[in-house]
Amino acid sequence: MDRKTAAESNVKAPERALGDEADRVRGRLPRGRRRTRGRLRSLVIPFLAIVTALIIGALVIVFTDETVYAAFGDGVGRGVARASSVITRAYGAFFSGALGNPVRIITALFSGQGTQIRRAIYPLTETIRISTPYIFAGLAVALGFQGGLFNIGAEGQYFVAGLVTVFVGYAVTGLPGIIHLPLALLAGAVGGGIWGAIPGLLKAKTGAHEVINTIMMNYIAFRLAEFMLDANGPMARGDGRPVSPEIQPSAYLPQFFPNQIEIRVNTGFLLALAVAVLVWWLLYKTTLGYEIRTVGANPRAARYAGMSVARTVVITMALSGALAGLSASTDILGVLHFMPNAFSSGYGFDAIALALLGKSHPFGVVLASLLFGALRAGAQNMQGIAQVPVDLTSIVQGLIIVFIAAPEIIRKLYRLRQPVASDELVTVRGWGGA
Amino acid sequence: MPPVLQLRGITKRFPGVLANDHIDLELEEGQVLALLGENGAGKSTLMNILYGLYHPDEGEIYIRGEKVSIHGPSDAIRLGIGMVHQHFMLVPVLTVTENVMLGMESIRNGMVLDRTKASKRIREISDQYGLEVDPEATVEDLPVGIQQRVEIIKLLYRNADILILDEPTAVLTPQEVTGLIRVVRSLVAQGKSVVFISHKLKEVLELSDRIVVLRRGRSVGSTTPEESDERSLASMMVGRDVILEVPKGPAHPGDVVLDVQDLVVKGDQEKVAVSGISFQVRGGEIVGAAGVQGNGQTELVEAITGLRPVESGRVMIGGHDVTNASPRAITEFGTAHVPEDRQRDGLVLSYSVAHNVILNTYYVPPFARGPLMQETAVARQADQLIAQFDVRTPSPQTPVANLSGGNQQKVIVARELSRPVQLTLASQPTRGLDVGSIEYIHAQLVKKRDEGAAVLVVSAELDEVMALADRILVMYEGRIMGTLDATEATRERLGLLMAGVATA
Repeated sequence: MDRKTAAESNVKAPERALGDEADRVRGRLPRGRRRTRGRLRSLVIPFLAIVTALIIGALVIVFTDETVYAAFGDGVGRGVARASSVITRAYGAFFSGALGNPVRIITALFSGQGTQIRRAIYPLTETIRISTPYIFAGLAVALGFQGGLFNIGAEGQYFVAGLVTVFVGYAVTGLPGIIHLPLALLAGAVGGGIWGAIPGLLKAKTGAHEVINTIMMNYIAFRLAEFMLDANGPMARGDGRPVSPEIQPSAYLPQFFPNQIEIRVNTGFLLALAVAVLVWWLLYKTTLGYEIRTVGANPRAARYAGMSVARTVVITMALSGALAGLSASTDILGVLHFMPNAFSSGYGFDAIALALLGKSHPFGVVLASLLFGALRAGAQNMQGIAQVPVDLTSIVQGLIIVFIAAPEIIRKLYRLRQPVASDELVTVRGWGGA
Repeated sequence: MPPVLQLRGITKRFPGVLANDHIDLELEEGQVLALLGENGAGKSTLMNILYGLYHPDEGEIYIRGEKVSIHGPSDAIRLGIGMVHQHFMLVPVLTVTENVMLGMESIRNGMVLDRTKASKRIREISDQYGLEVDPEATVEDLPVGIQQRVEIIKLLYRNADILILDEPTAVLTPQEVTGLIRVVRSLVAQGKSVVFISHKLKEVLELSDRIVVLRRGRSVGSTTPEESDERSLASMMVGRDVILEVPKGPAHPGDVVLDVQDLVVKGDQEKVAVSGISFQVRGGEIVGAAGVQGNGQTELVEAITGLRPVESGRVMIGGHDVTNASPRAITEFGTAHVPEDRQRDGLVLSYSVAHNVILNTYYVPPFARGPLMQETAVARQADQLIAQFDVRTPSPQTPVANLSGGNQQKVIVARELSRPVQLTLASQPTRGLDVGSIEYIHAQLVKKRDEGAAVLVVSAELDEVMALADRILVMYEGRIMGTLDATEATRERLGLLMAGVATA
C-alpha cells in the first residue's frame, strides 16, 4: 500500500478494513506469494547486471582481437562473422571451463565410468572449490554491512587467520583428526576475529573510523606474514623457500574424491554452506542479530532502544573477522595444506563485491560466490583455449560491481520501474561514522 | 483586469499518487490567498510547480492573463514569482547584504562587489515595507523572525511581486507571528500579492483575503474569512467534523514521579543548553513544556532519558536516582519516551511495523526466549497494537518507511503507551501530523494521565500545550522562565515568557 492510500484511509471514518481482507478486496496476491515475488524482483537487477557485463565483455574481446579487424578489412559480412566466431569460442571456453561441457557430462554419466565422470565434472568442482573461500569472505563483509560497518580488512584477517591455522596445523602433533581439524579451524576463526575486533574496539572507544583502521590492520597483517614466512622467518619450512611446513594430515579437511588429487573440491564447501545458514539464523532469528541489524540501520534508534552500540560494533567486527578467517583456514586445510608467503589471492577484497552483489544477505552471498567462482574457473579455460587473457574476468567482475552499485544505470538501460524505497537495502552509512 | 496569477486544471502525478488533481486557483493583485490543507494534501507540490521545481502533467499557468511555462526557479523569478521556503536558504556567516546579493551581485569596475549600492537598496526596501532589517548585520546573529524577513527582502530585491510563503509561522514565536502579519499587510497594501501556505487555522483566518482548501490533491472549496470559522475550515480540511479541544476532566495529581533538581546539560556544541532547571511532575498530571524550539527542551528530555550526559544536578524517577543511568535502565524503571524526531530516533524505517513495536522490549519474554527471537509473540503483539491503536498499515510486515507520517507516529505511540509505565515523555508528539492523528494522539496522552502516569509533553505548538497540559512550564535559553497553571495561561502571557520577558 502506498502513502497516498494510507493517508486516505487515515482521513476516512474510523473503519478499519485493512490487512489481508483489504488485500483481497483490492485483488492483490496473498501475503506469502507477494513476498516471494518481491524476492524474485530483487534478483532482476543482479541478473541484468551480469548479462550486461558479459555483453560488454564480449565487445572488449572483439575490439582487442586483431583477426576481427583484419576480417572487417575484407568486408563487413566477414567481419561480423569473424567477430561472432571469436565471441562464441571465447565464451564457449569460458562456460565449459566454469560449468563443464553438458554433452560430455551426460555421456559420461551414461557410460558409468568413474574416470570419465570425474573428468567431465572437473570444471564444476573447480568452480565450487574457488567459491568456498569466497563464501566465507563474502559473509564476513556482508555481516559488517548489516551492522553498518565497512570491513575492508577481510584480506588482513585472512592472512592472520592463515598464520594461526597453519601453525596449529603443523606444530600440533599427535591429535586425532576429529580434534585437530576443528582446533585448526577454530584457531583461524579466533585469529581473524581478534584482528577484526581491534578496529571494532577502536571505533567503539574512540570513534576512529573502521574503514581507515581495517586498511591499516591489513598492512600490519601483510608485513607480519612476510616476516613469519620469510625464507629465514620463524615459521619458514627451513629449506630456503618462503613457505610454511606442511600441516599434519590429521588437520586436513576431508576430500570428496580422496583418490583423485586433481579434484580439489572438499568438505570445506559444505562447511561454508552450513556457516551461511548459521549467519542467516544469527541475523534474523536471534536478539543479537536484531541488535546488529538495528545498529546498522539506525544507530540512534538503537541507542534510544537501550542497545549498547559500542558493544554491538565490537561483536560485529569480531564475528566478521572470524568469518574472514575461516576463509583462509578452509583454503589451507582443504586445498593448500601449507601457507606460502605470497598467499594473497584477493579474496578479502573481492568479498566487498560479493557482499554488494548478494545484497548483504547470506544466501545472496552464496549465490554471488558461486558466480565469482565460476568466473575465475572459466577464465582459466578461456585463456588456455581461446587465448583471451584472464584479465577479462576482472573487467567483467568490475562491470558487475559498477552496475550493482549504481542500479540506476541498469534501470535506465532496461527501462525498469523505480523500486519502492524499502526494497533497497542500506548497506553502509556515510564516511562520517558515528 | 485579469488576475495576477491563475492556475487552471493543474494535475501532477507521482508514481501511485495523484498529488494535484485538476486544481484551479486565482490570485488577485494586492490579495493574500491562503492555501490550507493537511500534510500531504498537495500544497507544497502545487507551489513547487509554480516555482518551476516540478512540471505539471496537465494544466496551464497564467501570469497577468498571459500563458507561461515555468521550467525552473530562474524562470519563476523572471516572471516575478518568489518563494520563502520553510527552511531558510541563508548563509549564516555572511551579512544580510551579502546574502541578498548572492546570485545577482552588483559589480563595480568589472570585478569589485558593490556592497554599498546593494546595501542602500536593501535599506530602501526595508523602510518601504517596514521590515526593520539592518543590511550590515550578520545573519547568524539575527533572530529567526528577522532571518525570515531577510528571505523576503531577497525576493523583493529581485523584483518579485508574487510571494509564496511556505508555512512561514512554523518557526516563529507568537510575537514574531504578529510581526510577520504586519509585514504581509504592508506588502499587499503596496501592490504585492501573497500566497500563504499553512495548516494553522487561526492565522489563516486572521491574515488572508481568500482561502482555498486542498484535500487529497483536490481543491475542496474556496471561501473567505468572513464566511468561515475554525470549525468549518477544519472540517473542510479533514472531510469530517473535528473536535478542536482535547476532551479531558480535571487532573488528580498524586505522588511526585519525575523530580529534576538543578539540572545542567550541554548541547551538541559544548554550550550549556540546560542551565540549572528544577521541576517536578506528579502522577496523574500532564505538564507541558512550552518554548520556541532550541531553548533546551531537546537536551532536557535527552538527559532525563539517559541519551545525553548530565553535567550536574539530579534526575529522580519514582524515587530512584537515574542521573546518568543507561537508557535501558531508565526504560526499565517505567519510562516511555516518544522522541522528538520520530524517523531519526524512534523508528528503524527499513523494519516492519512488527519489528518496530518491540524496539525496546525485544530482549524480554515473550518476545525473546534466551538469545532467540520469538516471531510468533512479536507478530501477536503487532496485531494487537495495530488494532488497539488504529495503525493504518496494509500488514504488520510492511516496512514503516511505507506508512504515512501519522501512522509512523502511531507505531511509536502504540509501542510507548502500551507499556505499563509511571512516566511518559512526549517530545513534539504531533509535529507535522494531520488533524485526525493529532486528535487521536492527544486522547491517548490524556488516557495515560487518567491511568495515573506522570506525563511531560514538550511542544513548540502553543495550542497543543494549552490544550493538553494541566501545568505549563515555559523554557527560554535553558531556563524555566515561568510556570503557569493551565487555567491562568493565555497565549499572550505564554508568548511573552517564550520570548524571555519575565513580566508574567
